[in-house]
Amino acid sequence: MEASSLPAALELVAGGGAGLSPEKRAVLGSSLLLLQRDYRFERVWFWGCIQGVRGAYYIAEGLGPDRAAPRSRLYSLNCVEWSLLPPVTEEMVAQAEQLKGRFQGDPSFEYEYTEINAEDAERLFEDGKEPMMKEEARLVATIEEIDRAVGIIPRGAFVKTPLGSVRENRNFEGLSLTEAKKLSSYFHFTEPVNLKNKTLLEKADLDPSTDFLDSLEHDIPQGSWTVQLEKGGTVVVLRSLLWLGLTFYHVPMTKQYGYVYFGTGEKNLDLPFML
Amino acid sequence: GPYQPHEPGYGLYQPGYSPYDDQIPDPKSQMLAIQNAKAYLLKSSTTSGLNLYDHLANMLTKILDEQPTNAVDIIENISKDVKWAQFQKKMDTLRDEYEILPTFEAAEKHKALFLKANGEGDEELEEEIGETPLPNVMETAFYFEQAGIGLSKDEYYHIFLALKKLISVQPIQTCRFWGKILGLEMNYIIAEVQYHDGEEEEETEEEEVTEEGGKGVGEVEDEEEENEKEDAPPKSTYKPPPVIPKEENGTGANKYVYFVCNEPGKPWVKLPPVTPAQIVCARKIKKFFTGRLDAPVVSFPPFPGNEANYLRAQIARISAGTQISPIGFYQFAEEEGDEEEEVEGGRDTYEENPDFQPLSVAEMVDSLSTWVHHVQSILKQGRCVWLNPFQKSEEEEENEEEEKAEEPDELQQELQQEIGPPLLTPLSEDEGIQNIPAWTAQPSTNLIPQYAVAILQSNRWPGAYAFASGKKFDNIYFGWGHKYSPENHAPALPPPAQGEYPSGPETTETRDPTLEEELAFKAAREE
Repeated sequence: MEASSLPAALELVAGGGAGLSPEKRAVLGSSLLLLQRDYRFERVWFWGCIQGVRGAYYIAEGLGPDRAAPRSRLYSLNCVEWSLLPPVTEEMVAQAEQLKGRFQGDPSFEYEYTEINAEDAERLFEDGKEPMMKEEARLVATIEEIDRAVGIIPRGAFVKTPLGSVRENRNFEGLSLTEAKKLSSYFHFTEPVNLKNKTLLEKADLDPSTDFLDSLEHDIPQGSWTVQLEKGGTVVVLRSLLWLGLTFYHVPMTKQYGYVYFGTGEKNLDLPFML
Repeated sequence: GPYQPHEPGYGLYQPGYSPYDDQIPDPKSQMLAIQNAKAYLLKSSTTSGLNLYDHLANMLTKILDEQPTNAVDIIENISKDVKWAQFQKKMDTLRDEYEILPTFEAAEKHKALFLKANGEGDEELEEEIGETPLPNVMETAFYFEQAGIGLSKDEYYHIFLALKKLISVQPIQTCRFWGKILGLEMNYIIAEVQYHDGEEEEETEEEEVTEEGGKGVGEVEDEEEENEKEDAPPKSTYKPPPVIPKEENGTGANKYVYFVCNEPGKPWVKLPPVTPAQIVCARKIKKFFTGRLDAPVVSFPPFPGNEANYLRAQIARISAGTQISPIGFYQFAEEEGDEEEEVEGGRDTYEENPDFQPLSVAEMVDSLSTWVHHVQSILKQGRCVWLNPFQKSEEEEENEEEEKAEEPDELQQELQQEIGPPLLTPLSEDEGIQNIPAWTAQPSTNLIPQYAVAILQSNRWPGAYAFASGKKFDNIYFGWGHKYSPENHAPALPPPAQGEYPSGPETTETRDPTLEEELAFKAAREE
């Protein structure tokens, strides 16, 4: 969610019971602004909080002129001092997928691979790398996975300029109530995967400036999003069931939208059994 | 001409030319060019009937009225908007009325919450000033908010009023906001309630089809079949395991009664009491709640009940695992109890300790032994107090003489009496999961320790929280209603296919004899 609309947005996602204490809200108001100044971000998003066993990580993302470019991610243990996270690599993501269990809350904690095959262990030893992963790297990989899998925006909120960069659509006035209840009105804000597989007929209906991302309709498994109207039907709240804790809100017919993650940073692999 | 810097055309004056000169010097052909250009602009489009002149005029009017920044970047969108606006007017009134209806209804319901409160007479107000079962939801909300846990204030206030409505309708002695469980289509808001002694409504006997049939039905069938012994198919020797009876209302897992509603403003629905079979089955399955109480729970092992029962079972498990209080707040009542009572399962009643001395927040956070469970834990059997299911069966069979000659002596194993941790055990006895402790304790703030609140989060039931500050404490749950397990959920496999018969010397399957073997056999017999 946008740092500037943080207080209002937190009220709207509070339906899940997770939020921030008044102390954190107060300090975020100023520390996120300072982040924007120090790192020269154009936009700062408060991404959310990953709850570890002994402490919590508060994550912020900074965006440059092209909103679809890889984002800089920062974490903090107390919302006052922020540290830049290293950029994510595919290797990190692959390693992190094998780790299970909660985050510890200590960024220098090292995980040991206990469930690795003998073959993989040999291969790793040959490469000279030890099968250990730092919690910091796992944090980056988890944030990237969550953004890729369930980071969503309403349709029409961003436009692709002819030069290829993505910017906010200033003419976006919000989805209507009927549109807001449909999963097809929301897009994954990440590199599209399914777009090329659409038939020519479907592609003809798409508007290349706004429809350049995957929509939520064809997410697997079906039903991995809950769409609810809260606060008497004035806010549309989408919650992901794959990554429990990700909440997206949108007030129809206004420009307010955003998503935030309050959770333990673990994928819900039992989802097919639970639906 | 223009003299001041702010006047348009300033600085353009060249001697011999006026600043209003156009490119085309000749006035007549200039006028003709202008008229041709204007006539072209006024031409109506053949497809839409608009003309460019009017459209440009509308667009420029809109731009000058609204004065957006960087208008040149969004000029195409503005043009599209102006065209679109032309079609809006005809359909306006119809569409608006239809669309906003659901929001209006919800707002009406919320308003009704506030109205009824004001509509009560003065007499009732005086009664309420005394002891009221209504909990101070906003106070609890404040303390949890210090830790960043909780709903928005609006929602809390609606829940507050909804609880008030519940209390005015039902004869309730104590009431507490238990928490909120999220669901797929709708969420549940749950209130934990205790009735006045003796005022509890009699419940209608619910005949649940999925429960395993009692012995009564089996007996009738046996009698009929004994008369037709010759052609009767073999009787099944299957005896379903005995049904463990549920605990009485007011004790054990059914100590509290729970009311749920989907949203404050909607009517409260009472959840049925929980049976041990439901708890045992709920431990094996993991399903999301849909939000409709009558939804079926499709799972394996098949859950004996619908979503209301599953919800009640999960609430019972969560309460048993995560309802905690600071040590010393509750104490066992001074009873003149004999030792017999203790053997049966320990004390199950407690009362508030009038001499409770609260510990400091630092102490509450540092060590988990300063907190205790005040809800009995549920045994493996599904009850809080262990019951031997075969004691009853002995009494029943004494009365029935005719029936089964064979008594299932083998089944009357010595079922080990299950004993759970006694009431008011400290949290330090809670097992963690792998290397994670069962609870995470933190103060709400490190900056202002004098006014910090001690907060505990459960790691076994993510979403269960407790706070303590001085003499106040409370528990709450916000979550999806599932237990945490680091391993993936492995559903129970269906049982292996039942064997048809025991393979022995008399009943062994062999191949049919071939034609030669049959002929040989015949020939041998004739000899």
